[in-house]
Amino acid sequence: MIRFEPRASTPLVLLVIVPVLSALAALGSALLILALSGAPTARAAGLLVQGAAGSVFAITETLTRATPLILTGLAAAVAFRAKLWNIGAEGQLYAGALAATAVGTGIITLPPLLMIPLICIAGAAAGALALLGPVLLKAKLSVDEVVTTLLLNFIILLFVQMMLEGPMKDPMGMGWPQTSPIIDEGVLPRLVAQMRLHAGIVIALAASLFVHVLMTRTVAGYEMRAVGGNASAARFAGIPVSATLVKTALLSGALAGLAGVSEVAGLKGYLTSDLSPGFGYSGIVVAMLAALNPLAVVPAAIFVAGVFVGADTMSRTLGISNYFADLVVALALLCVLIGSLFTRYRLRLVRAA
Amino acid sequence: MMDAFDILLQANFWAAAIRIATPFIFGVLGALICERAGVLNLGIEGIFVAGALSGWLAVYLGAGLWTGIGVAALVGACLGLLHGCFTVILGLSQHVTGIGITLFATSASYFGYRVAFPTVTSPPRIEAFKPLNLDILSVIPVIGPALAQQTALTWVAFVCVALTGLVLYRTPLGLAIRAVGDNPASVDAQGLSVAGLRMGALAVGSALMAVGGAFLTMSAFNAFFFGMINGRGWVCIALTVFASWRPGKALLGALLFGAFDAYQVRLQTLAGGVVPSQIFLMMPFILSIIALILVARKADYPRALMRPFIKGER
Repeated sequence: MIRFEPRASTPLVLLVIVPVLSALAALGSALLILALSGAPTARAAGLLVQGAAGSVFAITETLTRATPLILTGLAAAVAFRAKLWNIGAEGQLYAGALAATAVGTGIITLPPLLMIPLICIAGAAAGALALLGPVLLKAKLSVDEVVTTLLLNFIILLFVQMMLEGPMKDPMGMGWPQTSPIIDEGVLPRLVAQMRLHAGIVIALAASLFVHVLMTRTVAGYEMRAVGGNASAARFAGIPVSATLVKTALLSGALAGLAGVSEVAGLKGYLTSDLSPGFGYSGIVVAMLAALNPLAVVPAAIFVAGVFVGADTMSRTLGISNYFADLVVALALLCVLIGSLFTRYRLRLVRAA
Repeated sequence: MMDAFDILLQANFWAAAIRIATPFIFGVLGALICERAGVLNLGIEGIFVAGALSGWLAVYLGAGLWTGIGVAALVGACLGLLHGCFTVILGLSQHVTGIGITLFATSASYFGYRVAFPTVTSPPRIEAFKPLNLDILSVIPVIGPALAQQTALTWVAFVCVALTGLVLYRTPLGLAIRAVGDNPASVDAQGLSVAGLRMGALAVGSALMAVGGAFLTMSAFNAFFFGMINGRGWVCIALTVFASWRPGKALLGALLFGAFDAYQVRLQTLAGGVVPSQIFLMMPFILSIIALILVARKADYPRALMRPFIKGER
């Protein structure tokens, strides 16, 4: 019989190996499914790797795709650390993108050094605001935040569509439901000539560092972790649990909002209702792959981004649906959940007496 | 011109309300059974998708309609058991597992659809369930003709409500299921298997969810579309709280929800394009949040909901 024994501390090697093996296991099982569906698997796997990392273009594309995933991954990691189940990063991302376009399409014109921070602040504030309602309902009325944040995703996306067909519709847009472009002063600069990689990645990396320092070196971060560890113990120790939850929510929502800013001001240039192909949900997978560690979110996001970018190449060449990427990402979440057992517990074979 | 109040007296309106409510009846019953046993099943959204695809695909490939429903139920049960392996056997987070099951079931369904139909642009169709046209019922005013127009699956949903109520409140099995969601240690002390009961509840509950999905592709429509579930599963989770985990109230909640949804579609035509259509599309989600807030103060969650039970640990 196998017995689980809780570990007092986890060796660093395991902390690195387990997520890597989980990711590989997910890729492997997805390729197995691909083989069963009759596709040339070896060629598909080759194209996947080549498309994700085979050239300078591929690498910059992967990093571009990783940018919003780092931010939504951080949003999930921060919230889940405090056991605040924010499943609404998708909606908060759109709220951030909407605020960024509202401010950034010509109402105000400032030099880039002021304009870009202004757009970022607007987007982060909108994202934070989008999560404020659910967290207040949780703190005051104990309404489950999982359901409210999930439902808000749909409400916010519909609201964005309404704005795109109504007051914020681009008069020069040939009738397409899209906003006017972000003014030049507000566009995030490109980092590599001829490539789409933009300064959003710098914002994302800085955010990862900021969250890491906040969580490990400040009182606020300690309180967030304490509330997530054991809320009643935290309350007994004099930590204001509700206030901490609200603070966590504001940070988490702001990070997801920034993901929207980065996509709209760095990549697309204007807002459409298909800005995000599920970055909010993939962010949860990123956070779990990173074991909720803000620094580990970066490599986890790059892996997930690589799968998406690589699958695009694979899908174009072999005609395999790029829902394959979603399948890999979903399997990665399930695999890393099982993997988490090995970091938290020691497995021991016990002989039946 | 049609008046906003007159709508309520039309049989067609109530027929639509019941049709809209049917997948929610299945979904809320499924969620309720899982949660009564102490497991929050956030896989519901994906299980709806998987049920919608698998049932429909079985019929498309030549199976009978009821075989298709059986296939959907089986796929749902398997996903429920997968959820259980993570949450019941291994005691992992129910939130994250549920999201994982939803992502997996959705992406696997979409991928599977594309493997089966690589290039089609207009979705292939099947011969769906037909209205039963029970003319005897038409003697009852308004509601009678509305019920007469429903397909057999809606009646299956009604029967499931009665059965769930009967089993939960009138049988030893039901007592054990309710107890395992409130106080698993006491069930364990009785010599019953906590894991067995929870796995069983997950299998049956998830099968019902999948049938709810299959209703959409096999009765409400006759084809499978990407994104057709569109949050229905999440609404079910909210309605379950609103129904305070009771089958009778679940039926009532789903019907009320269906009526609101059917009503707003008719108001939309009445409003004649003055109000943006998105406002109306938002209504189901806003209503669900309002329903949650209304019952928040007195919501009586199963006490062991989301608590894994590991024998010998407290």
